[in-house]
Formats: sequence, C-alpha cells, structure tokens
Amino acid sequence: MTREEIIKPENLVYKKPTLMNDNPMHYCPGCSHGVVHKLIAEVIEEMGMENKAVGVSPVGCAVFAYNYLDIDWEEAAHGRAPALATAIKRLWPSRLVFTYQGDGDLACIGTAETIHALNRGENITIIFINNAIYGMTGGQMAPTTLVGMKTATCPYGRDVTIHGYPLKMTEIAASLEGTAYVTRQSVHSVPAIRKAKKAIRKAFENSMNGKGSNLVEIVSTCNSGWKMTPEASNKWMEENMFPFYQLGDLKDKE
Amino acid sequence: MAEEVVLMKGNEAIAHAAIRYGVDGYFGYPITPQSEVLETLAEQKPWETTGMVVVQAESELAAINMVYGGAGTGKMVMTSSSSPGVSLKQEGISYLAGAELPCLIVNVMRGGPGLGTIQPSQADYFQTVKGGGHGDYRLIALAPASVQEMADFVGLAFDLAFKYRNPAILLADGVIGQMMEKVVLPEQRKRLTDEEVIARCPWAANGKTAGRKPNIITSLELDPAIMEQRNNHLQKKYAEIEANEVRYEEINCEDAEYLMVAFGSCARIAQKAMELARAEGIKVGLLRPITIWPFPSKAIAERAKQVKGILTVELNAGQMIEDVRLAVECKVPTEHFGRLGGIVPDPDEVVSALKEKLVK
Ligand SMILES: Cc1ncc(C[n+]2csc(CCOP(=O)(O)OP(=O)(O)O)c2C)c(N)n1
Ligand code: SF4
Ligand SMILES: [Mg+2]
Repeated sequence: MTREEIIKPENLVYKKPTLMNDNPMHYCPGCSHGVVHKLIAEVIEEMGMENKAVGVSPVGCAVFAYNYLDIDWEEAAHGRAPALATAIKRLWPSRLVFTYQGDGDLACIGTAETIHALNRGENITIIFINNAIYGMTGGQMAPTTLVGMKTATCPYGRDVTIHGYPLKMTEIAASLEGTAYVTRQSVHSVPAIRKAKKAIRKAFENSMNGKGSNLVEIVSTCNSGWKMTPEASNKWMEENMFPFYQLGDLKDKE
Repeated sequence: MAEEVVLMKGNEAIAHAAIRYGVDGYFGYPITPQSEVLETLAEQKPWETTGMVVVQAESELAAINMVYGGAGTGKMVMTSSSSPGVSLKQEGISYLAGAELPCLIVNVMRGGPGLGTIQPSQADYFQTVKGGGHGDYRLIALAPASVQEMADFVGLAFDLAFKYRNPAILLADGVIGQMMEKVVLPEQRKRLTDEEVIARCPWAANGKTAGRKPNIITSLELDPAIMEQRNNHLQKKYAEIEANEVRYEEINCEDAEYLMVAFGSCARIAQKAMELARAEGIKVGLLRPITIWPFPSKAIAERAKQVKGILTVELNAGQMIEDVRLAVECKVPTEHFGRLGGIVPDPDEVVSALKEKLVK
C-alpha cells in the first residue's frame, strides 16, 4: 500500500511540507531543531520561494540542515554564516537568503559577523536557535548558558566570577539601526509554534521587501545536552529560560 | 584604436582590472600596503557602472567568508589583503578549497612574523604554496612581477579558478603593490548575467531554478570512505593543474653557467643583477616562476643539467629554495640570498652573493 492509499484526502489533518524530504533526521527525539526546520519549509512554500531560497547552515547540530530541506544551501564555517549570507544576498538580490545558527555559532565565535551583518541592514533573516548549550560537541557551556546551569565545561554550574554572564544577542540586535524585525519565540507548544511561524514569515517577507535585517531567536531545548527527557526539557525551559530570555517582539520597524 | 597606456600603482591596477574583467564582487578589509585596492574600488563606484558589489567587511575573516558565500553562488568574487590579514583568511581559504569554489585572493605581502612591518617581503611563500590553512589542498598561485602583470593576472587567475573550480591567489609584495608603472588595462567586459552564471556553474547554490535538484555547497563529509574519495578527487585535480598550468619565464638561460631563480619583485632585482654580472663576464641566467604553484620544477631541473650552481633570490630567509632543491634533487649546489624584515636588496648585493656563494 502506498502512503496515498493509506491516507485518504478527507482524513488528512496534517501534512509534511513538500520541501522536507524523507532523509532520516539526525536530531535527537524531542529536539527543537526539527520543528523549526519544518516551519521554515512551510513558510518558504507558502511564499512560493522554493526556487529562490538559499539557506546558509552553521556549524553546530544544524550543520546538516541541507540534508532535510530541498532548497539550495551553503554550509558555512563556524560562526561565519552571516558573512556568506551578506554576499549571497548582495549578489542575488531577488533571492530569499537566510542563515540558521546556534548560540555558539551566532553569539560566540560568530559575534562579529552577526552584529555587523545585522547592523549593515543586510536584507537577510537570521534564525537563531538558542538552546543555551553546545549541542553538537557534547554539551559544553555556551555564551547563552544560564547562571548556575551545569554543562560539560561548567560542571558545577555557570559561575559569573569565572565564566561571565549569559549574552543576550537578541537585545543587542534590537538596538542596531540596521535591523527591521527582531523577535524571540519558542516552539514548545502548538500556540508557540504558530507564533514562531508567523515571526519567520514576517522576517522572510521583510528581507524580500528591502526592510533590513531580521533576527528570529527561538528559545530551544537540547534534551541530550541538558540530560533531561524532552518533556522535562520543555518544563525546564519554561521555568528557567523564559524568565531570562523573555518571549515576544523586541523590535518591529513597520 | 591605439592602446590606452596609464600610469598607476600595482594595487590600483588590481582594482581597475577587476572592474574591467567583469568581477561581480569584492570583499576586503583595509591593511597596508594594499589598501589602495579597496580605496580605488570605492572611488570608481563600479556598482553604478558594471553592477559590481564592493563591501568593506568587518574583518578579513568576514571578507573571505563573503567570498565563500559569493563563490558558492557561481559569481566571480575576490578579496585582497596583506600578510597578517591573509593569516586570518586561512580558515576560509581551506573551506573554499574543500568546497571547490573558484575565487581570487590577492596577498600584497609585508614583513612578518606578527604585526611585523609594512615594508615589502616574500615571507608568505610557504603559507601560500604549502598550505596555511588545514587539510591537503592547493591554491593556484600566480606571482606578478610588474604592474602590468597585476592587471593581467586578475583575469588569468579567474580563468584558471573557474576552469578547475579552485581558489587562485596572486602573491604580490609591497614593492609590486606600491610602485607605479605604465600599464595597459584589459578591455571593459560585461559582467555575466544571472542566467549566464547559472549556465556556467550548474553546481552553484543560487536558488534551484527550473526545478533542478538542490545544490549544496559544503566541505563536510563524515563518512571517511567518501571523504577519502573527495580527497583523491582533489589530488587528481591538483595533478592535472601541475601537468597543464606551469608558467615561468627564462631570461639569458641558453648559455648560462649559473642560474638565478626569483619570483615577483625579486625577479626584477635579479634581472638587473644578471646584467651587472654578465658585464663582468659571469654567464648567469634567470628563471622566474610565474606560477609558484604549480612550481616549474621540470624547467628548473632541465636548466640544472647545464649550470654549475643555482642562487635563489627571495625577500625571506629561504623558502622557495626548498622547492628548487627538491626540483634539482641536490644534484647542483643551490644557495639562497635573501634580505628580511622589509629590506629590499640592491642588485649589487645580489651580484656579491652570487660570487661569494657560487662563482668563488
Ligand atoms: C573553528 C571551529 N571551532 C570549533 C568547532 C567545534 N564545534 C562544532 S559545533 C560547536 C558548537 C555548536 O553549538 P551551537 O552553535 O550552540 O549549536 P547547537 O549544536 O547547540 O545547535 C563547536 C564548538 C568547529 N567545528 N570549528
Ligand atoms: S544534541 Fe541537543 S541540539 Fe543537538 S540534536 Fe540533540 S537535542 Fe538537538
Ligand atoms: Mg546551542
């Protein structure tokens, strides 16, 4: 039996976006990355930009994003995605250009590239997955790791006298003249997912309308790195991440 | 129509040649002694004429990664810098080589190590031809010896880069970048249209038009068996470049009893030294590698059969000499003469070195 025979159109309530292929995902079950991938695929499809989108994947757990979304991609060196996106958009202004980056990639090794691309007002969107940890390399401290939070390189908890303070890059981005839309979202519940999708759509549309640069932070879980079940991760995120990384639009230059 | 001869600096020639060759994008960061490249582009405003994009990046790291981004879309993109800046670019250069992206990097060398000096040097030879970044890769490396060659090699480097899908580098130095000479600039070409870029680079990631499969630009491969294949593919390509693209110039080599090997500005000094030595009756010839990778090993080995000794003249402590010695397999005495730290030798000094080290 084919999938079409099993799923009758009248019974279809949920569909995988056609831009998402059948390659098995390497993400841990419960990880936020997969949900955000799906939202991006849906938005690109709904905007009819399948043949105009160029994504830039980071170094981090999302390094293989290009394996799952059937659009053109460039894979950047760690932290350099906004530099790639700058050139791609400048050379191909009719293209929808976005980067997809983790907190280590964007807020640590690529701080300069991120701030300057945003401040130049490049007509791109940066999708920022803030899971407060280095997922890919096995759970080390990130610039966004919360005070007291335990990771492989701060096993006794982040201590500000040793490790300094968590960095709020999205607040910095909102203060830059070049940014059009800066928002912080999450994907831990159905309403949150719907809001995050709207935010991505707005950001992508801005970048096509020459409004400037856009940053969509998604406060995310890394259940493997946090060493929690997916469910416990969501709860921990709500209780600990959201008070510090408050959700909502930080800037919207209409 | 008569050729238009203009007088300009080597760095300015790079900028003008890039505009005229139809380059799509330049991404740079100021550093002496090459800042005139970006300054000239800013003054010329090619975005209003040819549509060329010019960006002053936040760092050399960003600039080379902009080059990576642009090259991955199939457009003709370049950057320029000088030694400390080129060190910062090494990460991106390795990625460009790994992802097989054509582009042009210009290094107008200054003295190092560290912040060193703003005076000319050729001490980045090893960095250029032996690696610099990580991994087994090669750059097509051209060494201009005049302002004319600064202009001419921009187009040549891009042609080779696209022919082999490999980054190319112009290894110049502060002398060639800063000196003014007469130059005939190339004719103004039109930049390729987006459609022409797509046709020229079917592998490029610029939006999967016409329903083709997605194009992915990456240097990543976690399966070691496939990664070895990719490396073998690169090595095969490098062997092909070595077989086809060696370029060099020989002056007064037919009757030579001694041979000087020098590239870039040093070749100009060595040429004058050769004239002085010949006036004294020393039969010396000059072989100037134009491509320092691929290196003219065969040509040097061939000349080695007739000479009593070889002198390399370099603005460094002896780097290219290693490739010359490998080429001649130590069958001929091979000596080095160099000045360091930004000092440019007089031809007289070269003649003295030739006599002292070889003619005796
Ligand atoms: C230049 C460089 N330094 C370090 C690494 C190792 N590294 C790979 S991913 C990563 C951190 C990724 O963390 P993040 O950006 O937060 O992404 P996540 O995996 O959490 O999604 C590091 C340090 C690298 N690949 N390159
Ligand atoms: S390590 Fe963390 S960020 Fe990476 S896939 Fe697993 S849960 Fe997701
Ligand atoms: Mg992370």
